[in-house]
This record gives sequence, C-alpha cells and structure tokens, in this order.
Amino acid sequence: MKKSLPPLVFVALLAGLPLIMKDNYYLHLMILFLMWVVIGSAWNLIAGYTGQVSFGDAAFFGCGAYTAGLLATHLGVSTWWGLALGGFTAIAVGLPFGWICFRMRGAYFALATLALNEVLRHGATIAEDFTGGMVGILIMPSFMSKIPYYYIALALAVASLASLQWVVRSKPGYYFVSIREDQDAAESLGVNTHLYKMLSLAYAAFWTGMAGALYMNYMGFIDPNVVFSLHDISIMAILVGIVGGVGTVYGPAVGAFVMVAVQELFRSGFFGLFKWLGAVSGSASLVKVAEVLTQAHVLGFGILVVVVILVLPNGIVGDWPKIRKRVFRLDAGA
Amino acid sequence: MDVFLQTLVAGILKGGLYALIGIGMTLIMGVMGIINLAHGQLMMLAMYVTFVLSTMGVDPYFALLIAMPLLFLLGVAIQKFLLNPLIKADTILPENQVLMTVGIGMVLTEIVRFIFSSDYKYITTTYSNQTFYFGNISFSSALTIAFVIAITFTVAMFFFLIKTDLGRSIRATAQDKDAATLMGVNTGRITVITFGLGSGLVAAAGCLLAPVYYIFPDLGGPFTAKAFIITILGGLGSTVGAIFGGVTLGLAESMGATYFGMEYEDIIGLTIFVLVLLFLPGGFKRLTKI
Amino acid sequence: MAYFQIDKLVKYFGGLAAVNGVSFEVGQGEIFGLIGPNGSGKTTTFNMISGYHRPTSGRVLFQGREIHQLPTHKICHLGIGRTFQVVKPLGRMTVLDNVIAAAYSRTNSHHKAKEEALKTIDFCGLMPVKDVLAKALPIAGRKRLEITRAMATRPELLLLDETAAGLNPSELVEAIDLIRKIRANGTTIVIIEHIMHVIMTISDRIHAINFGQTIAEGTPKEVAANQAVIEAYLGTDYA
Repeated sequence: MKKSLPPLVFVALLAGLPLIMKDNYYLHLMILFLMWVVIGSAWNLIAGYTGQVSFGDAAFFGCGAYTAGLLATHLGVSTWWGLALGGFTAIAVGLPFGWICFRMRGAYFALATLALNEVLRHGATIAEDFTGGMVGILIMPSFMSKIPYYYIALALAVASLASLQWVVRSKPGYYFVSIREDQDAAESLGVNTHLYKMLSLAYAAFWTGMAGALYMNYMGFIDPNVVFSLHDISIMAILVGIVGGVGTVYGPAVGAFVMVAVQELFRSGFFGLFKWLGAVSGSASLVKVAEVLTQAHVLGFGILVVVVILVLPNGIVGDWPKIRKRVFRLDAGA
Repeated sequence: MDVFLQTLVAGILKGGLYALIGIGMTLIMGVMGIINLAHGQLMMLAMYVTFVLSTMGVDPYFALLIAMPLLFLLGVAIQKFLLNPLIKADTILPENQVLMTVGIGMVLTEIVRFIFSSDYKYITTTYSNQTFYFGNISFSSALTIAFVIAITFTVAMFFFLIKTDLGRSIRATAQDKDAATLMGVNTGRITVITFGLGSGLVAAAGCLLAPVYYIFPDLGGPFTAKAFIITILGGLGSTVGAIFGGVTLGLAESMGATYFGMEYEDIIGLTIFVLVLLFLPGGFKRLTKI
Repeated sequence: MAYFQIDKLVKYFGGLAAVNGVSFEVGQGEIFGLIGPNGSGKTTTFNMISGYHRPTSGRVLFQGREIHQLPTHKICHLGIGRTFQVVKPLGRMTVLDNVIAAAYSRTNSHHKAKEEALKTIDFCGLMPVKDVLAKALPIAGRKRLEITRAMATRPELLLLDETAAGLNPSELVEAIDLIRKIRANGTTIVIIEHIMHVIMTISDRIHAINFGQTIAEGTPKEVAANQAVIEAYLGTDYA
C-alpha cells in the first residue's frame, strides 16, 4: 500500500488540474502527454519487457483511429464506439502482423514491423473507397471544451499504467522478461514463447488502438499520413520509451512528459521566451534568435534525440542513479 | 510488346542505381548489424552538394569526385563519435543505435531544410532529358550512364571485398566480430571505415540520380526504405545480392507503375519486402552463397 | 517399455550427419552418462531430445510416448528438463526470479511459484545468492543456477550438458554431490560430461559416441577399458 501512495497522489493532482489550469493550450499539451503515456507504455511491454522492438506501432494507432472514424462515416455511429472497438480491431490486425514478424528476430523483426507499418499506410491511402484515401476522415467533435477529453485521456492513461503494473508482476510478466533475456532458455523452462510474444503484441495493439480512437475523437480529423506515420507515431513511441527508460513501469510516463514538453518547447521557441525577451529588451538579434528557433524546431528536437541517446542510454528512469550522481552530486546510494 | 520492353529497360536502368544505394546499406548492416535509418538522408545530402556544385558550374559527374570523399568523411565521423560509443553502453535493448540513426537523419534533413528551404531544386544538364533509341525502345542517357557507373562501382566493390586485405578484414568483421579481433583485425577501425564506405557509395548514387530527379529535404525517407528492401532481397553483406535486389526492385516498381498505376509503386516494393522476409530470409545470398 | 529411450536418431546438417543412428535406453532412477570427443554429436542429441532440433529420422520416447515432434515447452511440461552447455542465465533477473520463472511452469500462482522456487534454491544450495543478479554470478554459480532452474520445473528426467566444465576441484565435489542428491530425490539423469572423473564416478551406465555413432555402452569400468573409446579419446597410439 505504501508503494502505491506517490502514484495515487500524482493521479489526484492530475485529476484536479483542469480546475486550476484553464488555458486550452496547456490542456491540449496535457492531453497529448496522457495519450503518449498510453502509447509509450504499450510499446514498453512488447519492447522493453518482452524484448521485441517494434518499429511499427503506428499500425495499431491508425487501426484504432480509423475504426472510430469509419464507424462514423460508414455506419453513422458515434466515433466514441471506436474507443470500445478500436483496441480490438488493432488486435485483429496485430495477430497476422505478429505471426509474420515473429518468425524473425532482432534487426529483421524491427524491419518487418516497419515494413508492415508502411504497407498499412499505403494501403489506407490507396483504398480510397473504404477509407477516404488522402482526403482522410473529418468528424464533428462531441465536446466543445477540452475538459471531457482530458478526463477520458487521464482515465485511459491511469488504466493502462495500472494494467501494466499488474501484468509485470504476474506470471506473464516473468515470462515476457525471460523471453527478452534468453528466448531459448525460456522455452526450456516451459514458456510457450510464440504464444507469449503474441500476447504481448496483443496487449500493445489493444492500448495503442484505444489511444488512436481517442485521437480520432479529440482531433476530429485523421488521414493516413498522420495516424500511420512512421516518424510521428512509431518512432515517437520508441523515443518516449527509450528516453523515459524501457523495462520500467513509469519510464515511458516520464518519457512521454519529456518528449511532449521538449517538442513543444522547440516548436514554440522556448514558449516564446526569446520573443518576449526580444520585445522587452528591444534587441533585434534576440527576436531573430526566437524566429530561428521556431523555424528549426525539428532540428533542435533531432539534436536532442541524438544527445539523449548518447548520454542516457537507459533512459531517465533507467539511468536515474547516474543522473543523481552527476546533477545533484549525490552518491548513487548504498 | 514494346511497352513491355520499355518497362523492362526502365526497370533495369533504375535497378543499377538502386544497387548502388543498396550496396552501401548491405555493407553497413552486414558488418555492424545496425539498421542505418539515415541512409537515404546521406544520399539526399550528396544530392544537395551536387546541386551547390552545379550552381558553380561543376558537372554532376565531376561532383562525384567531391561528394563521395566528403560523405565518406561524414560517415566516418558519424560512426566514430555517435555510433561506436553506443556499442559499449550496457542497455536493455540494442536498438539504441538504430534510434541514433533516426536522430541523425532528422538532423541532416532539418539542417538542409534550414539552409535551402523545402523548395524543390533541379539540376538541368545537357543530358538530363536526352534519350537515345535502340529500335523502338528509348533509353534515358542520364540513367544509362548512371547504370554503367553504378555497376562499375558495384563490381569494383565486389573485387575490393574479395581481393584486398582491407576488404577481407571487413568481411571477417561482418562474419564474427570477436573472432576477427582475435585474428588481429582492428574492428573498431573497420566499422568506422565501413560506415564511411557505405556513405560514400550512397553519395555516388545521389550524384548520379541528381540530373534526373528533383531534390528536396524529405527525399531521404523513401530512399532509405528502398535501400532496406534491396538489402533484404539481396542478403546482408552481399554485393551480388545488392545488384540482384536493386534490379528486382527497379523492375517491380517499373512493372507496377506501368500495369497497375503510379500509386502502387511504393506498396509493391514493400510487399516484396514482406514476402522475402517470410519466404526467403537471408535473401538472394542464400541461394548463391556469395 | 523403457522409461526413456532414443531409437536410431539421425540428424543431418546440410550434408553432414552430426548424429547417425544413435540408440539407447535409460531406466527410471538411473544416472546415464553420454561421453564422446568434441563434435561427436552429444549436444545435438540433447537438442533433439528437448525439441530444439527435429530429428532427420528416428524417434525419442519418454514413458512410451513419442516426443520428438513436440515443441520444447511441451517437452518441459511432460517432465524433461535440461541445462545448456553454454549457460543461459536470465541475466537481468535475480537468481530468485530466474527460478520463479521456472517454477511458474507448474503453477499459476505467484505465491506457490515463489515457495517452490525458494525450496529448490535451498535444495541446490544457492540461498546465499538468491537476490543477486544472474549476470553477476561467477561461472560455478551460473552452472548451479542452470541446474536449479531446471529442477524448479520438477522434471522426472533431467538432461545435464557439461555442468562440470570450468569448475575447480572443490566446486566439482559440490557438483557431484548435488547430482547424487537430485537422483536420490527421484529424478532420472542423463549427463554429458568431458571430465572423466565426474562421469565415471557417478554414472550407473555410460554410452560412448564418436562421429555421431555409438562406439560402446556399459558400466563405467567396461567403457573405460573399451578399445574404441580409448582410441577416440587418446588416439590409436594408446589403444
């Protein structure tokens, strides 16, 4: 009970946030953060815990998003049904996906997931009659305010973390890690490695699909290049996991926060800091710096990725002892 | 019949260029086992170098002599300072290296976008639009020259790897890094040189492609994908495989575009990719043992 | 019906026959030794028994049931456990977690798995290091962990693959004791070993192979005196 106190407090704080933070801009960022907690944690199970590094999670995200969207455009049903069904369609797609990819290991597996991700993306573009192709899907959002979306995202994030916590401590949790550490040894200990790899994939697909359905509902617009995006979804999920720390329950949550914050930091030119400084001091060069920063925000982001991977290969949570030592000059504990 | 032959020719010519793109990657993947997701971006960089040189009046084929060494050095630097340190780090997942290449690719793309903006750039030369005819079939002059040069490089690479000491060291490192080290091969140096070589080769492909393609910062991604397909088709570390993979992909795309439609071009390549992964893991190399 | 038998097992890798028609029977409660020079096909035989390789031809029968087409994890559930010649610790898990993972093969409850794991760790003498990460163990500890893990799956037949390699004399004595203890506890053992002292001391019967074929079978004394065995190990000069 003691161990779960800090997270519970944190959740309570998050629940109360909309009462103090009224600014839509920050609420939007928080919703994105919560969505990435779900996606990152899902990826963490299949990659961090089971050791199968998928480069194609956008496939599941897109499935969930399109399930929600297509329910509306083809059946005239509310896209919220997508939340209930999106996870399951993602699993349905995930199973053949896994069956194909799990025949390979290591780099080949990663490439296969990448290729399938791209096949789905192109497929969604080509199948115009079914998906609307490049035009995408546009729906009327259900709520005007961001607050309901915030709470739904929060519920999803909490549920996904709670389920991850539970899985990790259970028999499948042990089996997943044993597959990661040594697949052949695991088999000899009675682990049906094929089955458990599929299970971990199904788990990842389910939660990522739900996140996709949430995205459809929240943003109101999707197209194949957005929701099946290799860079913006699949690779971002990996970054969230690696920056936060794979193989830990809360790592991706930390990673999600950092990545969303950093991405926004660069995109907005340090939240308009330099622009403000320039205006205040009247210095033209500071304003120029602000402009440059906003233009080059993806560059800044890319450089940060390179630096973080070099310096913190185990992520923030994984390398926490290292960080404590360097930053806070504390000894790394007994 | 003419349409078929024309499609065939177009595919094979494209294939030569693709082989050059693939051979750099197959070397890198074969020797270091890392997936270089920045491969296409390195080519893109070479194309911009060619562009800049062309504004100064340098012909793209001469630009080869400048871009190749330049990219070779860049590749060496990347491997030495950004990738080698990761090999030693003790992480749960070995895929950090792959992610690093993603970051590098991002940085390269954005630097280029920053300097040149996202506008499409073109290089026009006297031969850019030239074609010559063989019977009823038209051959693009630029692509034919590219094909010849590409095959020359690929064959040269093949002999380099088999006949020279350095080439043998590279193959040894690819087969078993630890054993190679024990045999006296400086594997650290080899990985650095290999990445440089791979970068130089894909730079050559960029220079050869520049006269007939349009240049923009984001072209890296699709070409990286093509490089993978070629590598997997041909088999890791196999030069002959790269030729086979490149021509196969070129033909498939050509046929797909002619008989199915332009939008199927990419998906054909990907489908082949998945099929090969499923049914012929190890690629063409497995059939020929080269 | 023999308790455990392999019947004319053959395994080809490309054009090379690693195992070429080996047969033997093991009685319940025996310690059955398998010896032969390097590359004679011993580990390949084990791999076929535990399902990592499919035999090119031949059968493996356990308690009368054919098992050579079954996947490895099913074979574990049937009661055959194995250790690996090159040890495979689950490195980033503690010794206790390694064994719990193994114990889960017989139960779905964490509580029961942990209980069983602790019992097995105690039986095999690894209690002092139960909370150490597997990758931090020295070779003797890792070898013992291999055995402990296999034991936690409650095998009726245990395949030991060169568990004594790399151990110093006092560690060897402990290893021999443990193997005897395991047999006394009711587990049948088939053991591959190079260290003659170990295998000659503890085996009830020994089967010798070379180049994938049987060259001798009998009590340790008989096999040690066998012409073909001496030739295989020491060369024709000593025969």
